[in-house]
Amino acid sequence: MDVMAVLQNVISSALIYSAPLILTALGGTFSERSGVVNVGLEGIMVMGAFSSIVFNLTFAEQLGGATPWIGMLLGGAIGLIFSLFHAVATINWRADHIISGTVVNLLAPALAVFLTNVLYGARQSTFISQSFGFHTFPLLSRIPIIGPIFFRNTSLPAYVGILIAVICWFVIFKTKFGLRLRSVGEHPHAAETLGVNVYLMKYAGVLLSGFLGGMGGAIQAQAIAINFSSNTIAGQGFMAMAAMIFGKWNPLGAMGAAIFFGFAQSLSVTGNYIPLIRDIPSVWLQVAPYIITILALVFVIGQSRGPAANGKTYIKSK
Amino acid sequence: MDNNKRKTLNNLTVPLLSVLLGFLIAGFLMLAFGQNPLDGYRALFNGSFGSPFYIGETLRQTAPLIMTALGFAVANIAGFFNIGIAGQALLGWICSVWFALSFPDLPGFLLLPLSMLAGVAAGALWAGIAGFLRAYFGTSEVIVTIMLNYVALDGGNYLIRNVITDSRDASERIPEAANLRMEWLTELTQNSTLHSGIFIALIMAVIMWVLLRKTTLGFEIRSVGMNPNAAKYAGMSAERTIIISMLLSGALAGMGGAMEGLGNFRNIFVQGAVPSLGFDGLAVALLGLSNPFGIVLASLLFGALKIGGTSMPLATGIPIEIVDIIIALIIFFVGANYVIRFFIDRRSRQTAGPAEGHAADQASGTTETLTGTGEKSSSEDEVNH
Repeated sequence: MDVMAVLQNVISSALIYSAPLILTALGGTFSERSGVVNVGLEGIMVMGAFSSIVFNLTFAEQLGGATPWIGMLLGGAIGLIFSLFHAVATINWRADHIISGTVVNLLAPALAVFLTNVLYGARQSTFISQSFGFHTFPLLSRIPIIGPIFFRNTSLPAYVGILIAVICWFVIFKTKFGLRLRSVGEHPHAAETLGVNVYLMKYAGVLLSGFLGGMGGAIQAQAIAINFSSNTIAGQGFMAMAAMIFGKWNPLGAMGAAIFFGFAQSLSVTGNYIPLIRDIPSVWLQVAPYIITILALVFVIGQSRGPAANGKTYIKSK
Repeated sequence: MDNNKRKTLNNLTVPLLSVLLGFLIAGFLMLAFGQNPLDGYRALFNGSFGSPFYIGETLRQTAPLIMTALGFAVANIAGFFNIGIAGQALLGWICSVWFALSFPDLPGFLLLPLSMLAGVAAGALWAGIAGFLRAYFGTSEVIVTIMLNYVALDGGNYLIRNVITDSRDASERIPEAANLRMEWLTELTQNSTLHSGIFIALIMAVIMWVLLRKTTLGFEIRSVGMNPNAAKYAGMSAERTIIISMLLSGALAGMGGAMEGLGNFRNIFVQGAVPSLGFDGLAVALLGLSNPFGIVLASLLFGALKIGGTSMPLATGIPIEIVDIIIALIIFFVGANYVIRFFIDRRSRQTAGPAEGHAADQASGTTETLTGTGEKSSSEDEVNH
């Protein structure tokens, strides 16, 4: 295989694997910027994946190629509803954030597999007919060199994710809403005295994380797994959480880290085609992303500090 | 004195009510899907305590849960979130079996403890990496342990396929000398998989209680967990305590994994995901409020649910997932104990006179008039942990 084809293959599969991580990591960023730790991203992704697959299997015939995209939005909506649970528990009921997130992670796969059993009579669904597949951008793919590598037969959800990351960066750092969200995560009491509705901001943060995480799960299910089972989401939520911390709670950083993780994950799949990498035992390719992440955290990034009031229950003054 | 009594009572009330509410809501869920919850719970009970065989299976499931939950609790008391229990337990499992298979000629009194120790050391080392990085580089132990879970999974599978076996997916059975099972236990429980790990686990629970409550090290671990800066100011080495508590945490998890290897499965096979033992242990520790005795009781409950749950689909057609839903609900109510306390307090205020009601408020550490100062929320946190 020539260099261009190898590059094309590596980059497109890296993007396919990173798309779900990008969106979910962005979701985590919103939640934690508002001061609510969200360990439940994994569970939220499960619900997004489950609902999108059910939608896809039910409506693929009527909706055709638009099915996965509408399924993605539905997955986001279900993720949002599911994250309401985490929001009420942590914000109003003063539950420990990690306990509540753990509950979300315990509940989601159980509920989703339970419902799959009720709906399809088996512990996993059948395969969907309308998946995300590959996309070739009409004009961009004709640019010499760059076009074929980045814009031909590639993952459209990943580009949507990158676009959403830029929008998230703008929202968090350049808008009034973003400033309020961040102030609630850093010092809720000060924010309250300045007239910010702390609970409302926290709800916004958690629900946004539910929406984005649900979409991430839907992409994972409809682009990579192609059906729903208990293995559809296997640690991607935790990877996204790591990407968020790796990216220092900055949407663009989180996106970069998510793409890196996606690239590293895809290497164990595409590595067979790359001459030098082919000779490395596959176990090293499998564990490399995790070890590189640890090393990068220790030696390059150093301490990544989250928002100051992250994980603390805010009790409103009267 | 009276206050203390009330506090213990309240501490017990929350987990008990949580368990009750969990069963109640899951019962409604069964009703909603056209199943009879009473039949379901009868099948669950019969499948976990209905005969000596099922009791043996339940206790077998309980033993490693106690270990992983103790492991999570130690780190949690020191202020760390060791989400890597699963990976540490997996490595403990692999290394104990690997050791037993590598030295089949050692006599039993050496082989069994040494194989156990190999698992303990592997778990401790794995968690120790996260502890070391946290202590000296400030690296988030959450990310490091998540990442190490995957390294343990992929690296472990590689070891099984290429080092322990000759490109097969499961190892040989361990030599009889390394077996944790005991004939009298097997006979007593009608050929269940019960092994002596349950005794080790109970002993470890007592040891951990003594260590955490009655020794200097335990005091240091608790101090660092409550306020690392204050602990440092009092002359304790935060770095040392962080590393020791993570080593302990991993060692306990590794021992839990070794029990799976030497007692339950008696071999090691390629895994599709890190063992659920890790996350279940986390849930058990939360329900047991990180107290070793609470953990023993919570492990027994979860062990019974897990084992009894396998009988439910056959007896009643209720999917086994309902068990995980019950567990999630129980943990949810433990986490949201503020709501439970809120209602307990309101009830005790209604039944008792106003003056006594106020005393109940102070005992439980929750007041309806929320003050919202820093002090208030920190005392609230203590109640939660």
